[in-house]
Amino acid sequence: MGELTFNLLAWFTLLSAAGVVINRNAVNAALCLLLCLTGVAGLFVVLEAYLLAFVLLLVYAGAVVALFLFIVMLLDTSGAPRSLPRRLPLIARVLAGGLVASGVLSFSARVKLPVSEAVAAAPGVGAALKPYAYQLFTTYLLPVQILGFLLLAAMLGVIVLSKKFEGLEDIK
Amino acid sequence: MVDLYLSLPPLVQGLLKGLAVIMVIFPIGGACSMAERKVSAWIQGRPGPNRAVVPWVAWIPVLGPFLQRLGVFHVMADGGKMLFKEDALPGHVRKFYFVLAPLVAMMPALTTVTTVPVGAYLDAAGRTVPLVLANVDIGILAVFAVSSLGVYALILAGWASNSKYPFLGGIRASAQLIAYELSLTLSVVPVFLWINAPGTPGTLSLSRAVEFQSGAWQGFSAASWGGVWFLFLMPLSALVFLIALFAETNRHPFDMAEGESDLVGGFHTEYGAFKWGLFFVAEYAHMLIGSAVFTLLFLGGWNPLPWVPLATLVDWLTALTPLAAHPIAVGLLSIGIFLGKVLALIFFFMWVRWTVPRFRYDQVMELGWKKLLPLSIVNLLFYLGAIAALTP
Repeated sequence: MGELTFNLLAWFTLLSAAGVVINRNAVNAALCLLLCLTGVAGLFVVLEAYLLAFVLLLVYAGAVVALFLFIVMLLDTSGAPRSLPRRLPLIARVLAGGLVASGVLSFSARVKLPVSEAVAAAPGVGAALKPYAYQLFTTYLLPVQILGFLLLAAMLGVIVLSKKFEGLEDIK
Repeated sequence: MVDLYLSLPPLVQGLLKGLAVIMVIFPIGGACSMAERKVSAWIQGRPGPNRAVVPWVAWIPVLGPFLQRLGVFHVMADGGKMLFKEDALPGHVRKFYFVLAPLVAMMPALTTVTTVPVGAYLDAAGRTVPLVLANVDIGILAVFAVSSLGVYALILAGWASNSKYPFLGGIRASAQLIAYELSLTLSVVPVFLWINAPGTPGTLSLSRAVEFQSGAWQGFSAASWGGVWFLFLMPLSALVFLIALFAETNRHPFDMAEGESDLVGGFHTEYGAFKWGLFFVAEYAHMLIGSAVFTLLFLGGWNPLPWVPLATLVDWLTALTPLAAHPIAVGLLSIGIFLGKVLALIFFFMWVRWTVPRFRYDQVMELGWKKLLPLSIVNLLFYLGAIAALTP
C-alpha cells in the first residue's frame, strides 16, 4: 500500500515537473508547478513528515505559486513572441543533456539506500514540530538569516528598479 | 454496527467518511444561503422568502404555515432550480479551467473539515476524546495550509472567464487573500505559545486548544486558570483573527472579489446554474470552517460556558438522569454545543454583512498591511513577554 502510493505520487510529481518545463502557456506551467508541489507534499505525508508537507503547502502551494499566477496573469505572456531562439546550438543541448545525465548517474551510483538501520529508523527532522524548530534555530540559524537578508535585498532592489523617483518627496 | 464499520477495508472507510463530510457540509451550506436571505430580510424589515411549500406539509395545521413563512422550502426550490437549469458555457471562456474552478473551490473546503474536531465524548476513564476524522497533531497548520489553496478557485475563475470584470475580481482576491493570511497566521501564534509548556513535544492540535480551555490540559505552569476561554485571555488576537477571517472568506466588508456594485459579480460573473451554486456553497463551507476554527481557538469549543467545562455539565446532567453519561449522549451534547456556537458566529457574519458598507480596495489593503499586520506582531511580542514573565 505504502509503496504503491509512493510510486504513484513520485510519477505524478515527475510528470507534473516535466509539465512545468514543457508547457508553452505560462499559466499551465504555473499550475503544473502547483501539482508538482502537491505531489511532493504527498510524498512527505507518505514518509510521515506531516509538518514539512503542510509547511510546503502553506508557503509554496498556497502563497508563492499564487503570486506566480498573479504575475503571469497580469503580464499575460501567452500571446507574446518567444524571446529565446527556437534552435539552440547543438553543442549546448548536448552539454546540458550530458550534465543532467552525469548528475543522475553519479547520484544513483554514490547513494546507497537504505543508509543504515539506525539512520533509517530514526525519525526525520521534519517529522515533528520540536526537532524541526530546534534545528531551525540552532544548526540552520545562520543560513536562514542569510536567506532572509538576500530576500530583503532583492525586494529593495525591485522597489528601486520599478518605482520612479522624481524628487525627495517620493522616497519617503 | 461499529464492528461492521471497522471490518470494512480502509479505502471503503475513507470513502464513507468523505461521503459523510459532503452530506453534512452541502445541506448546511444550502441552509446558510437560505438563512442569509431570511436574516437580510429581517434586518431590512422585509418578510423575505415565504411562499414555497411542499403540499403535504401545508396540510399540517400550525407547523405547515409556520415553516412556509420561515422559508425553509426555498432551499429545495433553489437547489432544484440550480441543478436543472441549463448549464450554459459562454463561448469566449477557457473551457478546461472554467469548469475546473468551481471544483477547486469545493475541494479545500471539504478537505479542511477532516482536521476540524466537532465534538467530544468521555471514555471509560473520564477523559474527553475528540470526535474528528483525522486527528493530526499539526491541526491548525493543516487547516491553514489546505484552506490557503482556496485562492486558486478565485484566480482560475477570474482568469478562465476571459473577460474584464471576472479578471479584476480574481486579481483582487489573490492580493487580498495573501495580505490577510499573514495576520491570520500571526494572530493564532500566541494561543499556541500559551498552550505549549516548555519541555513538552509541542502541539498545534485544535483539540488540545479546547482541552486547555476546559482546564483539562495544563500548559505551562500559569495553567489554564480553571478553563478560561482564549477570547478573554487574548481579546486582541481574537479580534485580528476574526477580521482576517472575514477577509479570507471574502465576506461582506471585504468582498472585493465579488463587489456587485463595481464588478457586476466579480469572479463568478460568467458562471451560472450549478457551477455558480458550487461557488456559493464553497463560500459558506469556508465560513463554516472559519467559524469552527474560531470557536475551537477562542470560544472554548464544545465547553458550554467559560469556567464550566463539558465534563462538569455532564456531571450535573448525570445527577438528573444516568442516561446522560452514555458516550453517544455526551457526543451529541458536545456536537450540539459546538454547532450552536458555530451557527451563532455565522449569524454574526451575516449580521455584519447587512450592517456595514463595503470597503474601497485601497482601504482593504491599508487595513491589512498597515494596521492588522503591525497589530498582530505587537500582540505576539506582548504575549511572548507575558509568557516569559509568567513562566517560573
